[in-house]
Amino acid sequence: MNIWTYTITIGILTFLSRYLVTAYSNSKTYSETTKKVLSYVPSAVFPSLIFPAIFYKNSSLVLFSDEVLAFTVAMIVSIIFKNIFLTVISGISVYLLITFL
Amino acid sequence: MYQSISTSMNRRKIFFQGIKDVLPLNIPVVLFGVFYAVLCIELGFSSHFAIATSLIIFAGGSQLIFITLFTAGAVPWVIFGSVIMNNSRNILYGAVFSRYIENKNGLWKLILSFFLTDQCFAVSNQYLKKNYNQKFSHYHMLGSGITVWIIWQLSNLVGIWLGNVVSDQLSLNFFVAITFLALIAKDLGKLDHFLVILLSAICSLIFYNLPLKAYVIVSATAGIILAYILNKKFKGIFK
Repeated sequence: MNIWTYTITIGILTFLSRYLVTAYSNSKTYSETTKKVLSYVPSAVFPSLIFPAIFYKNSSLVLFSDEVLAFTVAMIVSIIFKNIFLTVISGISVYLLITFL
Repeated sequence: MYQSISTSMNRRKIFFQGIKDVLPLNIPVVLFGVFYAVLCIELGFSSHFAIATSLIIFAGGSQLIFITLFTAGAVPWVIFGSVIMNNSRNILYGAVFSRYIENKNGLWKLILSFFLTDQCFAVSNQYLKKNYNQKFSHYHMLGSGITVWIIWQLSNLVGIWLGNVVSDQLSLNFFVAITFLALIAKDLGKLDHFLVILLSAICSLIFYNLPLKAYVIVSATAGIILAYILNKKFKGIFK
């Protein structure tokens, strides 16, 4: 299989994962419970994008690192200010400061 | 005529609101876009390939999985399986978004689905949840989606142009993690959401080494099941 066949197949697979349910699921048939449960999707998905990125290094769990320290600062800022921009800037600034000092 | 001007202004306003809302989330997109292009070149792929994969696939995670597994000589089913697992969260995003765009025609559904990235979902879900009765609320998703697409393509070009500018010392995943932290921060104060976040976080750390990056969908499913139980069995407590 050549590399362009891979690229196009992965492009189609990615698009279908976004398109099929978005376009064809009938939300009118969703029960009230389903609608309520779907409102938890960000809370259920985002932690799995966040925590391994902070606590794993080269496939090993690490509890104390530059990332964990900067993450803790960003977490405190996000809880206090509830502001995306401030959280991103504080986390990244602390991380860059620790990494390059 | 006045109505048509006000309609067009309304569309534009919502479209630009989408752009404005998604901009802070694009700091890691830029870094990842640059890193992806640099990695492509370092692994021996052409700059045309780096650009083509971003145009055709437009999913940073899947693109990284593809080029690293392909270079490592993985068999096709491992590459496709990993991509499918990595994309599986899009199905959950689609289930949420379907109710916001169910009255739109087929073309709109095609276009908006193409732009359904994590960043677009994160900000437009917050907007559409409050405004989905508005006639042009889907323009928010269009604005946020196109913005992420343009920034992703431009940052790839910057990566190709500048060469290896991203320090090996930096963890790019960290930048992505920080932006998503900002998005769930407001839900940490609600006990039901906090429990779902906690369970998903613990599961993702326990199951991180599962093959095919299955930890994302395993953790998300555990969180969704807990949300179902909380709403079914403890209805009175969590409203």
